[in-house]
Amino acid sequence: MDSTDCKKYLTLSGLEPLVVTPESNFINVGERTNVTGSRKFLRLIKEEKYDEALSVARDQVEGGAQILDVNMDEGMLDGKYAMVKFLNLIASEPDIARIPLMIDSSKWEIIEAGLQVAQGKCVVNSISLKEGENEFIRQAKLVKRYGAAVIVMAFDEVGQADTYQRRIEICERSYKILVNVVGFPPQDIIFDPNIFPVATGMDEHRLNALDFFNATKWIRENLPYANVSGGVSNVSFSFRGNTIVREAINSAFLYHAIQHGMNLGIVNPTMLEVYDEIPKDLLQHVEDVLFNRHDDATERLLDFAETLKDQKKDDVTKVLEWRSEPLQDRITHSLVKGIDAFIIEDVEEARLASSKPIEVIEGHLMIGMNVVGDLFGSGKMFLPQVVKSARVMKKAVAYLQPFIEAEKDGKQEFAGKILMATVKGDVHDIGKNIVSVVLGCNNYEIVDLGVMVPPERIIEAAIDEQVDVIGLSGLITPSLDEMVYLSKAMNKENLTIPLIIGGATTSKAHTSVKIAPNYDHTVVHINDASRAVTVVGNLLQKNNKVYKAQIREEYDKFREQFLTRGKRKEYISIEAARQHKFQIDWNATNIMKPEQLGVQIVDDFDITTLEAYIDWSPFFRSWDLHGKYPNILTDTLVGEQAQDLFKDAQDLLKRIFDEKLLKAKAIFGLFPANTVNDDDIEVYDDDGNVKATFLSLRQQLKKREGLSNIALADFIAPKDSGFQDYMGAFCVTTGFGTQELAQQFEADNDDYNSIMIKALADRLAEAFAEYLHKDVRTKQWGYAKEEILTNDELIKESYKGIRPAPGYPACPDHLEKTTIWNLLDVEQNIGVKLTESLAMWPAASVSGYYFGNPEAKYFGLGKITEDQLKDYAKRRHISEDEARKWLNPNLAET
Amino acid sequence: MSNISQTLEKRILVLDGAMGTMLQRYEFSEEDFRGERFKDYPTSLKGNNDLLSLTQPQAIADIHKLYFEAGADIVETNTFSGTTIAMADYNMEDLVYELNYESARIAKKVAIEFTNKTPEKPRFVAGSIGPTNKTASMSPDVNKPEYRAITFEELRIAYKLQVEALIDGGVDLLLVETIFDTLNAKAALFAIEEVKEDRQIEIPIMVSGTITDASGRTLSGQTVEAFLTSISHIPLLSVGFNCALGAEQLKPYLQRLSNETEFYTSAHPNAGLPNAFGEYDQSAQQMQILIEDYLQDGLINIIGGCCGTNPEHIKAIADVAQNYQPRQTKVVL
Repeated sequence: MDSTDCKKYLTLSGLEPLVVTPESNFINVGERTNVTGSRKFLRLIKEEKYDEALSVARDQVEGGAQILDVNMDEGMLDGKYAMVKFLNLIASEPDIARIPLMIDSSKWEIIEAGLQVAQGKCVVNSISLKEGENEFIRQAKLVKRYGAAVIVMAFDEVGQADTYQRRIEICERSYKILVNVVGFPPQDIIFDPNIFPVATGMDEHRLNALDFFNATKWIRENLPYANVSGGVSNVSFSFRGNTIVREAINSAFLYHAIQHGMNLGIVNPTMLEVYDEIPKDLLQHVEDVLFNRHDDATERLLDFAETLKDQKKDDVTKVLEWRSEPLQDRITHSLVKGIDAFIIEDVEEARLASSKPIEVIEGHLMIGMNVVGDLFGSGKMFLPQVVKSARVMKKAVAYLQPFIEAEKDGKQEFAGKILMATVKGDVHDIGKNIVSVVLGCNNYEIVDLGVMVPPERIIEAAIDEQVDVIGLSGLITPSLDEMVYLSKAMNKENLTIPLIIGGATTSKAHTSVKIAPNYDHTVVHINDASRAVTVVGNLLQKNNKVYKAQIREEYDKFREQFLTRGKRKEYISIEAARQHKFQIDWNATNIMKPEQLGVQIVDDFDITTLEAYIDWSPFFRSWDLHGKYPNILTDTLVGEQAQDLFKDAQDLLKRIFDEKLLKAKAIFGLFPANTVNDDDIEVYDDDGNVKATFLSLRQQLKKREGLSNIALADFIAPKDSGFQDYMGAFCVTTGFGTQELAQQFEADNDDYNSIMIKALADRLAEAFAEYLHKDVRTKQWGYAKEEILTNDELIKESYKGIRPAPGYPACPDHLEKTTIWNLLDVEQNIGVKLTESLAMWPAASVSGYYFGNPEAKYFGLGKITEDQLKDYAKRRHISEDEARKWLNPNLAET
Repeated sequence: MSNISQTLEKRILVLDGAMGTMLQRYEFSEEDFRGERFKDYPTSLKGNNDLLSLTQPQAIADIHKLYFEAGADIVETNTFSGTTIAMADYNMEDLVYELNYESARIAKKVAIEFTNKTPEKPRFVAGSIGPTNKTASMSPDVNKPEYRAITFEELRIAYKLQVEALIDGGVDLLLVETIFDTLNAKAALFAIEEVKEDRQIEIPIMVSGTITDASGRTLSGQTVEAFLTSISHIPLLSVGFNCALGAEQLKPYLQRLSNETEFYTSAHPNAGLPNAFGEYDQSAQQMQILIEDYLQDGLINIIGGCCGTNPEHIKAIADVAQNYQPRQTKVVL
């Protein structure tokens, strides 16, 4: 996401950062710690009751304030002393110091004193051209040097801007001085174009709101990166005493101001109505005034306000009115308005009417929270209001919890463990909490890491807690990048835990294109909480391989479509790709001739030898026990289960060995070989005749400068180089006997051992492939005679040379198996067959090639384009349609 | 002077390792610290490493030499505690200008020798500016949370003196390091900006914070991102982390820093975490492997060592650093 590379966003910090992006909705500045706006706060400061003053600040933070405005401008106060003392105290309260400070004063010395005690990046509120350009420049320079952002009032030597024209003139002049003379970062400028009261009855005030809106819009369109803020409550000043009208005006004004580009504001959340909840007739009158739609708009609003005053006299009746609505409406109303007085009563009623308490959460409460979510998403509710809604929701769930527990008959076995986190840099957790609640109510154990969770903590917790699924949430665009980082980090840590992506800005497109490719395991995007239960349920089923594969396929396809839709230039032609082949300096390469050329058969190999070569971690994974062997055996959570399983596996393995239940067979061959025509590898007999030709496919994705478009053929010396090179092919199996045994177990209704035998046979086949490869490296070919590697190092593939298998990323072409089968006469020699779809039977078999060059490495082919397909069909001597059929998953859409 | 930013575009630069660790090898006595000049000084002077620039200048020059020989591109002056605030412990406030000036000259002289030998690999001197021993945003007294042992203004004045002396002594860049309280660093940066303005000069600035423990925060409580936000108002050459943690523990924070910043990045981690005896026992080879991990992930533009590292570590780091491309800084759109 290149857009987030652009750092031209207002970025502030307390102990944690705050980035104001276009997705931030609206940044709410807490204003109760302002002696000019709060009598209570003034009293506390005057009486030196700083403890209580701190709790006012704490309430603001908990109530959703994202910046804390502190103002100590009062005639009877030593403002500098009070500012320093209060900010020093805040610095020792991490739950308050978390958010950035707005240092608010009309006296420069108080501002400077505040700046000198704040370690974070603050906002100065405010400076202006009131005292002339020189003073403005002096202060702005200092603000910059102290590392703060600044609010600039639309004020100049003549006075405060009160028309549209004056507002934009002063703001433009201030902007030019700041940016061009002072070198102030434009994103750190916040204009306050003056919010003045409306409906004052004076003609010159009729345009107050409209001029503010238009000036805001002009600033955001003409002064790049600058922000707009304002003190909202002032707009309704003339309706002091009439709370209903006042709140309606504040709310409607805020809504439209935001639509016009205001992105920060000082708002008292308790003086705000939810925009959609304003009665339509009142809203009509209010908006008529704000937009100056009629000559007599103010009179009409005043008349209408009178009627509301009358209504207001019987508050009780008004309250009861919504109480008589249907149950669902009442619950929704409580959630939207953040009223907790009736929620228990209503939830109890809902519980009695439902067959299960969980239904109240999934039904009534979710419906209400969805309304909240929609209003928030469309900018009609603000964070502090949503926090209130969430509290009501919590209260309701807490009430229902004991009933849900009781239903479980005291059984505390969870269906699975889900880690939930809002990613680093993001504080939005409503969606995450909803999903947590819904999953929690469906008997999943939730490990909630909260918000702003850095990737390393998510990974650490996921490992420590042995979670089954990781759910990530984020609302803002930079969170998308965080999710990408995390997916990469998870892959690096070899995690296999499925990842669920959710949150407002996330999308299936982003998930499939940017996240899924980084993680070798399941990644799913969920766009609403209701889907979470089904998805998690499917992911945690015992036999979830099909489901996981389906998801992978679905996302791969989606990504493919998405990418080809957007950028076709992602791929280069096959000719160009061949120009960029992986280069090996053959003159400097010491090619080792195999000790033993030709085909060798290993019939009835002593299978017990393989025990030491087994990679047990995937075995446990196949039983949904996650962790690395051998640590998993002593794991606090699954250790016991893992030990039981391991013991059963050992018992069966012993039986396999003692009773020779499974047979291990192998065939391999080492041959002279050379690459011809860039992508084909010719394999020769002793007389130099071509015995077989392997066709390799070449990467066509456009690479960065310096990276190659690799094909397996690049690892073999070209014929025209004059060097004789070598390669090998193999097939191993430990599958003979598996099916018979599995059928026996099934007949005894022993599904457990039936699965166990298959899982063990698979592991043994992999172990055999590993063993044989080692034998080839150190003896048969002998290019790595001195190699001494532990089993761990083998698993990590720390050896020289590779053994890629057809059907896997480096060579997705299954048809290559037929070439191996012909070259080695596999079926005749050891009995392993290829099915119609070119799967190996018995299933516990592995086949592939050997490449011995130290530079040979595993890679993924990725997608190829039509030109390579055509070329390939010709080389393979099959029709394009047939080629298309086999290579379909690897074809880039055109 | 060759432009360090241009060099940084082309390759990873190597910073030196610990000064203190190397000085310990000399086992200087109280008398050695005093030298002739401070024979009768009233306070005990043993442990005042910065003073050795005046009393044992050859040892300091030799250590710089060893680091350059090991492959360092940048050495730090022996001025970690060179402020009136830190020197108050030895009643040596009046010597601050001289200490910084001489330390800068010693390092610069050695750097010039090496640059002359191999002009294609220019060597640089960074003026080391430590955090002082007082914090501006935390109270040392639990019962008086509003109290501060030092103010911004006092820090600004002290840092300004140090900066002026370092520049006079000839440093090529300034390194504000081991920042455990961002407010202290902001005062240092404020002072540097003042000197730049007074003298109408430009000088590259490196900033290096300290993440104290696994909480992933500075001692003063800021997250990586908040720290970065708080110091990014000054045009910096680089931002990074040093001290407190070993390369392994530092990595996630470096990753986050690298994701977020458009400045070059630096790291000079400790040689692992101290053992039960407070010694750093991570070997050069062990550290090299961990540093290579940074390099593979493209996290770094400037790399060196802090506590417990010596020329062997720096050689191991320099050897591996030359095989990698520097971290790509993001382009501002």
